[in-house]
Amino acid sequence: MLALTSIGAILLAVAYPTSRNQIGVVPPLPDSRPVAAAGRPGARPMTVTGDAVLTRWGTVQVQIVVQNGRITQSRGVRYPNLNLHGQALNGSAIPTLNDQTVARQSAHLDTVSGATITSEGYIGSLQSAIDSAHL
Amino acid sequence: MLEVRKAFVEQIMGLPISIHIRGQAARADATAQLVNDVFADLRKVDELFSTYRPDSQVSRINAGTLRLDDADSLVREILELAELAHRLTEGLFSVHLPADDSIRLDPSGLVKGWAAQRAFDRLEAGLAKQDICFNAGGDVVVSTSAGGPPWRIGIESPDGTGLLGVLESSDGAVATSGVRARGTHLIDPRDGSRPEFLSQVSVTGPSLIWADVLATAAFVRGPDAVSWLTAHPGYEGLVVDAAGTVTRTPGLDLLPG
Repeated sequence: MLALTSIGAILLAVAYPTSRNQIGVVPPLPDSRPVAAAGRPGARPMTVTGDAVLTRWGTVQVQIVVQNGRITQSRGVRYPNLNLHGQALNGSAIPTLNDQTVARQSAHLDTVSGATITSEGYIGSLQSAIDSAHL
Repeated sequence: MLEVRKAFVEQIMGLPISIHIRGQAARADATAQLVNDVFADLRKVDELFSTYRPDSQVSRINAGTLRLDDADSLVREILELAELAHRLTEGLFSVHLPADDSIRLDPSGLVKGWAAQRAFDRLEAGLAKQDICFNAGGDVVVSTSAGGPPWRIGIESPDGTGLLGVLESSDGAVATSGVRARGTHLIDPRDGSRPEFLSQVSVTGPSLIWADVLATAAFVRGPDAVSWLTAHPGYEGLVVDAAGTVTRTPGLDLLPG
């Protein structure tokens, strides 16, 4: 439940960007595309770094670990530093979002149907995580 | 058994379009080419129908600078489909929506499902014995002609932060209508009001076009949406009201998420 509450806070924060938007950069880990072999049962975990995507709030880049076709780990390697009412919100927000994405992978889904799915909400969405595992 | 699967994603019509192909041809060049052609088709549909583009045919029809008789045959096809949808839903679904003191043409609610089903049909015709999972902004249509397991489709909760459950489908569609992430609320075409009784309706059935139309119409219908959906053979529904209560038609097999 804690994770869900945090997500709400992050989305609220992201919806009100300030003039202090900056890009926080963590040195990316070695990219090990392609991920196809990671879908094979018993395969070793593979690390995949997604493309850097420019969103209206800044550049976001996510790295995932895939094993047996499932995302087992996920973290933001590039994200906007947002400042809301003097309270800094930065990369620590991305792992929270990712924890939820990873948790929901446990349902072992192929795709997601919902009313709130738009291009703007695609980054960090469950559908984008599923897609990333099979690109 | 080694599962060969490939995902393709593009952002078109303001929506993420995700295509997953499962089977021996999933990674073939010809498959990638066909998927590219399908994405190009969808971009063409957006150019014709987008209400956000001032130069689209729909915008020009609304501005009075394009006559229906001169419109693309696809525009006329959608308008015929819209008439049928209007009749079948007893007026709960319409592409002619009240706006201020006039009626504007807004086929967006029909175009998404229609374009997705059309794109899926083209993929299915071109890809023999492959499993296909097509998702256009949360509207899903699947097949399993390669004989793979049913696709597992998660139904998101109305606020998008959790799952209501999972549907397994080997062949068919799932559409979800509700209050969008930002802005555009569904409108009751009969009086221009904004239905507030429900927060989300998902409908499954053989055609994405009709699953989508029925989901939108049931949302507008409100309190008796479940019994209304039950009267449509071949289609099943999952309904969430504004208070968060989830109900479903008797034939819907929803697995825990």
